[in-house]
Amino acid sequence: MTNTEKLQQTFATALAIDINRITDELAYNSIKEWDSTAHMILVAELEATFDILLDTDDIIDMSSVAESKRILAKYDLRFD
Amino acid sequence: MSTATKPLALITGASRGIGAATAKQLAKQGYDLWLVARNPDLLADQAEECRQHGSSVTTKTLDLTDSQSLKVLFQELQKEKRLHHLVHCAGFMLDKPLMMTSLSELQHLYTIHLQATFQLCQLASRLMTRQRFGNLVLLSSKVASAGSAGQSAYSSVKASLTGLTLSLAKELGPVGIRVNAVAPGLIETNLTEHYSEEKKAELIEKIALKRIGQPEDVAQIIGFLCSPAASYMTGQILGVDGGFSL
Ligand SMILES: NC(=O)c1ccc[n+]([C@@H]2O[C@H](COP(=O)([O-])OP(=O)(O)OC[C@H]3O[C@@H](n4cnc5c(N)ncnc54)[C@H](OP(=O)(O)O)[C@@H]3O)[C@@H](O)[C@H]2O)c1
Repeated sequence: MTNTEKLQQTFATALAIDINRITDELAYNSIKEWDSTAHMILVAELEATFDILLDTDDIIDMSSVAESKRILAKYDLRFD
Repeated sequence: MSTATKPLALITGASRGIGAATAKQLAKQGYDLWLVARNPDLLADQAEECRQHGSSVTTKTLDLTDSQSLKVLFQELQKEKRLHHLVHCAGFMLDKPLMMTSLSELQHLYTIHLQATFQLCQLASRLMTRQRFGNLVLLSSKVASAGSAGQSAYSSVKASLTGLTLSLAKELGPVGIRVNAVAPGLIETNLTEHYSEEKKAELIEKIALKRIGQPEDVAQIIGFLCSPAASYMTGQILGVDGGFSL
């Protein structure tokens, strides 16, 4: 699985939504499924999937799928 | 129980006092342990005792007021791929009147008791969220609710843990994490060692059970909070004070 596929799968699992709804534009609080509890689960799942520990500032900035890719790139992960 | 299925507990302040007694208690309950404090020799002694109960024990020597060290601790801990319990016992007491407390002393007290507690809860809850299960136990004090002349800085920071415990219980409950605190009264540890015999006798008079508590008295309640018997309990501050009225 590529990192992009892993990311999409992790978002779909954490937000409990269909993987087809995971687009770069999808943003925190823009759908009812991505609320603060789901955000907590998302952060924990992303850390588990990519085996990283995110900085608090990065968690605060993780406001959309596109932003997540940008932030995760700082942890030596590539998203094509 | 195989190692993979054993619950894992991270205990801070495990080199002595309530933290050390908690380590032994949780070892007896069959848990694996990560023990944290600054003194490596005392930690090694505690670890050895816990291993005799069959626990796998990892010790980490670090100063919890250093936020970067705490991050590194969790980077290492996440390799375990499990964390079930955090018991945050590390701390110290400042016995000083309002007029005699410097702002830097206040700052130091807040760094260990509130900032480190907050950061520990942040990091531990993220590991626990992965497994949708976890248990945070914080150390408050009788003085948080009763107040104590000469301990305004200490009692105020301990009181802040009440808000933290109650709020986190609500915030983390949906992902299966319980948050409780224990509020010990007068317990015989290094923290209260400087009390004169006269002062101790005076305090014992105010304790319904007429004795100073032992670290094990608190550790057993923490052991209960970390057991399946407490699985429907969250947002509680449990007094362990022998009926102390300040
Ligand atoms: N004893 C009481 O009567 C009483 C009453 C109410 C509440 N409490 C609370 O219970 C908790 C435990 O107290 P205790 O009585 O067990 O005290 P203690 O015997 O003095 O033990 C304190 C522990 O905290 C560790 N510690 C202190 N500063 C640290 C730092 N900066 N970084 C890492 N570890 C640090 C110490 O280890 P190192 O020195 O090796 O680092 C030691 O293991 C504290 O939060 C205290 O406020 C105690």
